[in-house]
Amino acid sequence: MKLWIPFAASAGTLLGVAMFIGAGWDAPPVETTQIGYRGTGMYIHRDIEKQEALRAANVPPPAPWEADPNGEKASALYQNVQVLGDLSDDQFNQFMASITEWVAPVEAGCNYCHNPENLASDEVYTKVVARRMIQMTQAINTDWKAHVGETGATCYTCHRGQPVPASYWYQDLEPKPAGNMTQDRAGQNVVAKFAGNSSLPQNALIDYLHGDKPIRVHSLTALPGTDNPAGVKETEGTWSLMMHMSESLGANCTTCHNSRAFNDWDQSPPQRVTAWHGIQMTRNLNTSYLDGLSPVFPAERKGPEGDVFKVGCGTCHNGVQKPLYGTSMLQSYTDSLGKKGPATVPDFTTYEPGKTQVMGQSAMGPNGLPGNSALAAAPGDTKMASD
Amino acid sequence: MSQYQNIVTAIQITGPVEEGIALPRTDSPRTGKPFFVSLLGRIGNAQIGPIYLGYLGTLSLVFGLIGFEIIGLNMWASVGWDPIEFVRQLFWLGLEPPPAKYGLSVLPPLAEGGWWLIAGFFLTVSVLLWWVRVYRRARQLEMGTHIAWAFASAIWLFLVLGFIRPLLMGDFSEAVPFGIFPHLDWTAAFSIRYGNLYYNPFHCLSIAFLYGSVLLFAMHGATILAVGRYGGERELEQITDRGTASERAALFWRWTMGFNATMESIHRWAWWFAILTPLTGGIGILLTGTVVDNWYLWGVNHGIVAPLPDVYPGVTDPAQ
Repeated sequence: MKLWIPFAASAGTLLGVAMFIGAGWDAPPVETTQIGYRGTGMYIHRDIEKQEALRAANVPPPAPWEADPNGEKASALYQNVQVLGDLSDDQFNQFMASITEWVAPVEAGCNYCHNPENLASDEVYTKVVARRMIQMTQAINTDWKAHVGETGATCYTCHRGQPVPASYWYQDLEPKPAGNMTQDRAGQNVVAKFAGNSSLPQNALIDYLHGDKPIRVHSLTALPGTDNPAGVKETEGTWSLMMHMSESLGANCTTCHNSRAFNDWDQSPPQRVTAWHGIQMTRNLNTSYLDGLSPVFPAERKGPEGDVFKVGCGTCHNGVQKPLYGTSMLQSYTDSLGKKGPATVPDFTTYEPGKTQVMGQSAMGPNGLPGNSALAAAPGDTKMASD
Repeated sequence: MSQYQNIVTAIQITGPVEEGIALPRTDSPRTGKPFFVSLLGRIGNAQIGPIYLGYLGTLSLVFGLIGFEIIGLNMWASVGWDPIEFVRQLFWLGLEPPPAKYGLSVLPPLAEGGWWLIAGFFLTVSVLLWWVRVYRRARQLEMGTHIAWAFASAIWLFLVLGFIRPLLMGDFSEAVPFGIFPHLDWTAAFSIRYGNLYYNPFHCLSIAFLYGSVLLFAMHGATILAVGRYGGERELEQITDRGTASERAALFWRWTMGFNATMESIHRWAWWFAILTPLTGGIGILLTGTVVDNWYLWGVNHGIVAPLPDVYPGVTDPAQ
């Protein structure tokens, strides 16, 4: 009997097919660009088919019209305009049209954030979130130019027509260990969905993109004795963050590092400096903006452990090294998103969905809406917390 | 006439099963009734058994099984006893050594590395018992103990990674986790943390011996198969009584590279290369973190790092 031959052949074929289809390889052709000195392995490899798909997916929509900066201010025309009151009527409406296209689901339109009966009301939670996100985008474009340059960011950079950006992260404890004296697996050794599906620590982003745990693990002397507290486990945490960055940007290690000495800035491409500022920025966005909105977000906008969805590198980058291939959408929205409006932070714990008419104004008039002048107050007057 | 030029062995010997030589009364009897499997005959001897287990082999298997079970059950527990996730994520699952805060504590909490230490103990005992068994069986057959010493070299690397180096570093968190991807991640993270093992000279030696072992194995295997038609597989006879196979093989290598190993010395070449791979590798691991903290900078100090032109001028640490 030579039955083993067909059996072995089928097993081999199945294994081969599984390896080729299941593993997500980059099939040839691959485009290779040399970015460093010869012989040092400083290359960037990109799968050409995937690049084509990414290019098609990263075309920014044009502004609906060129807004006229002249005319009466939005704060004088509309009620409860807390952040964008300085825009002209035309700029305000142009921005509202754009943000609807960028963020709101098509079937909801304006009503995704507004009560159609009373557009000024803050009773829909998404309006409160949107206002804070506009403040965040203004801060990105003014305070974080070291990362975003003059290209800047708009709502579309992350949202891409979706109410929730495609890439975000939260505390991930699944699958939970059984407990009862069995090992707790130290937060790693399962498929880490925010670290490129590796078995590295699952929640490294909490340490590095939310907390400010030191990312650097190398010793700066050849011999021991410098009291470097980092061991192999800390290195795995850093590596997990690096996998997140690499997956988010469609980049490899050599985009930012000469891999022969990962820590050495003198040998690093300048992209590493940009990335460093990006890490600082992301920490700030998560702690100053997303965390604070925790009382406003409903449960379905939070992770299984109850923490808000947070910003990672992929939230803006969406698989490419420069979001939207470096096209600046900000140029059409310089007055709305390119400079800071009032940076007032209301007490979000007071928010009651369906009830709160004006976020941040606790002393309400009988109809729940204070006079127009109070809404256009200067930032210092109502400041409760500072970002 | 016999031909040995196939991918798999085309010749199988069948006949009465071979029981092996009689054992002294102090030894346990061999286990199992021998039988033939023609499929296995294609890659080795078709006769399976009898096996000599003895108390060393039995104990080794028991200890090994306990270690294996501790690792496997903890892996399963780490996904909440979910059988589907256990299979799906099997390559991702692992058993981590204790965190650094427990230092060299003999038994940290079971949830935090205690099981790792227990599993490591059982596996180490199992491996050492198996080594004694390999040594004893070789002496019993009045063979040399070369296999035991080659095995000891591998055990050296195993112990350096999981026990000796962590002892010197002062905590077990420096040791390797159990698990497929976890131990690979450890390996890469280890190299990154200690400034690139590429510049560790003992790592260089280990790789040279590893690749050398592969090359020697390929050269020797190919040579013997190539002279199989002249009886070259009778290597040991040809050590002392060089036949045409041995002469042709020697001539081939002298023609192609000017030098040839002999039918005897080629096996010493292979044995030493194999032994030196984990031996030098273990030394390299042992020096890492204990006497050298950053191999790249060590390499700079010792002139083994190629200086590069400043391709990215002006890049400085933004944190300073």
